[in-house]
Amino acid sequence: MSRRPYIREPSRTGWWLEQPRYIRYMLREISALFIGIYALALIVGLFQLSKGQAAYEGFLAATAGPAGRTFAVLAMLFAIYHTYTWFQVTPKAMPLTLAGKRVPGAFIIAAHWFGFFLVSAALWLLAGS
Amino acid sequence: MSERNIELEVLRYDPEQDDAPHFQAYSVPYREDWVVLDAINYVKEELDRTLSYRWSCHMAVCGSCGVVVNGEPVLACHTFLRDYPQKIRIEPLQNFPVERDLVVVMDDFIDKLDSVKPYLVAKEEKDVDDGAYLQTPAELARFKQYTACINCLLCYSACPQYALTEAFAGPAALALAHRYNLDSRDAGRSVREDVVASNAGIWECSFVGACSEVCPKSVDPAAAIQQTKIASTGDYFVRFLMPWKRK
Repeated sequence: MSRRPYIREPSRTGWWLEQPRYIRYMLREISALFIGIYALALIVGLFQLSKGQAAYEGFLAATAGPAGRTFAVLAMLFAIYHTYTWFQVTPKAMPLTLAGKRVPGAFIIAAHWFGFFLVSAALWLLAGS
Repeated sequence: MSERNIELEVLRYDPEQDDAPHFQAYSVPYREDWVVLDAINYVKEELDRTLSYRWSCHMAVCGSCGVVVNGEPVLACHTFLRDYPQKIRIEPLQNFPVERDLVVVMDDFIDKLDSVKPYLVAKEEKDVDDGAYLQTPAELARFKQYTACINCLLCYSACPQYALTEAFAGPAALALAHRYNLDSRDAGRSVREDVVASNAGIWECSFVGACSEVCPKSVDPAAAIQQTKIASTGDYFVRFLMPWKRK
């Protein structure tokens, strides 16, 4: 009897299409790209703002077209998805024990959403004033 | 009793005759209370004695009968025929060389498991006469979940990172390292760090989370790895800010 193990090579490029959970993972990872580009655009906007009204209005005009709006919507959807997936895994990365008892995961997730809305509301108020 | 049959497609590989694996179809009786392992046993006993596969306990304890059923890594003894459509496609676990039929070569896992020292490294050796190493229920609760690992390798089969990166220590080995690191009786954390905190350890994990989704014992290796990342990052900052404080 001879040993001759057969090695089934994984697909180096198409592996993530093999299972829905891999596709969800890739969507989560690629969300960083959209959020990153949006953050860069925001920095450029701030820079233009520092140069005066005309420069800033030029930036607004450049990003207000259909392409800019579509990208903004896409970036927002990816940001929401990223936030959702990030908060969903927080109980795994940060399990809490209070008075000898494991804090339920749903509570940790809810606390993150609460903090998220609190910070958002504070920023909203600051921006409005 | 009227009996209907269900079709199994099983990956076959005979190293002495085949150049590559191929699927072979078998028709087995469908029983409401049968698991996939019962169907494979039926094939072995009634249809084809040449089929090779591993199994032992038939109760999700031994971790021997891991296979891929319709693309999903499962324990054959823990997967009912009734949960699958007419056709069931059974393959050996992914990401391991196929020894023969449904049997894989698991040497790589065994080596990696060994490398993280998955046993108690005692703080100080005690004489047997001095009694056992004691632990409170609260101390046990910190790591008990990770003791449930049965080394079935479903997590390695599900992990794309392990598939693509040969050196990656993988989910179960890292979860077991975490289990001993959390143990109040253990003092081996710094010894395990060489593997655990290396590039082939926790930092190779990009948190796909598939390991935890397929784990039949709810061990949650993905959680163990993320917690280890946080602890290891803490170590880094302690060393960075207080270089004299080496463990």
